[in-house]
Amino acid sequence: MIINYLLVGVGAGFGVLARVLTTQWIMQKWSSPFPLATFLINMSGSLLLGLLTGLSIGAHFSLLLGTGFLGAYTTFSTFNVENVELLRRKKYRTLISYAGGSYLFGILAASAGLALGSIL
Amino acid sequence: MTFAIKHCFDSVDNVCLITLSKGFLRQAFLFTRGGRNLYYVLLIFFGILGALARYSIELTLPTTPFPLATLFINLLGCFLLAFVVRFLIWLPRLSSKMVTAIGTGFVGSFTTFSTFALESSLLSRTDFLIATSYMIASLIGGLLACVLGYRLSKMLLIRFKEVLRHDH
Repeated sequence: MIINYLLVGVGAGFGVLARVLTTQWIMQKWSSPFPLATFLINMSGSLLLGLLTGLSIGAHFSLLLGTGFLGAYTTFSTFNVENVELLRRKKYRTLISYAGGSYLFGILAASAGLALGSIL
Repeated sequence: MTFAIKHCFDSVDNVCLITLSKGFLRQAFLFTRGGRNLYYVLLIFFGILGALARYSIELTLPTTPFPLATLFINLLGCFLLAFVVRFLIWLPRLSSKMVTAIGTGFVGSFTTFSTFALESSLLSRTDFLIATSYMIASLIGGLLACVLGYRLSKMLLIRFKEVLRHDH
């Protein structure tokens, strides 16, 4: 029981660090209203979680890497705050491409990861 | 010796504990003003707390065909992040780094996009109706929760400023 919390915690520590460092790195290179950092993080995280689930690794690895690392790496709240921010600044075209793109490609990425994981 | 230890534990009453934890938090705030490394330590600390909170809720809420736990977590997180960004940043006691650590660290790792994408993908194979309603609930609910968080923080800030004006 305690070991499960420990696994989630350790994974999450690395996950949140990976998210913050990736965001900082992309923010330095990208300057446009489209929030590319969060978009790429969520897409790569969805692909990897699909892959992990497809590979059907054990329960412990699933807690460490899935619930812990990828759960903390990807974020739904920042995504929606960015959406509302785009709405407030009246950047409707960016909003539709960001929100629509994230939902569409996120689910496609998870499906692709699942398919790839089951083949491997 | 055992008496001394027991006496020591007895003397640590609640008041003492509260003072100690206040002192610790204060030190943490002071550190964040100067050091960059401690900012990362705080981020990781709050990130771990956020993920553990998510895991506890996932364990507590019943597993239904409709992924209620993830939806609840994500919508609550959207509300909290919008609220935290506007409200906590105004409080003079908290440094902006502390607020970022709570928002990006705790709420950011509390909510999760990858689980949402995976559940949607899995559901759309088995039950298309549930999958569609889950996606629509996340899309509209997420935006509404954010707007609600912004509105509430705005309302509270107006109240706060009024109270402060009356005090002066």
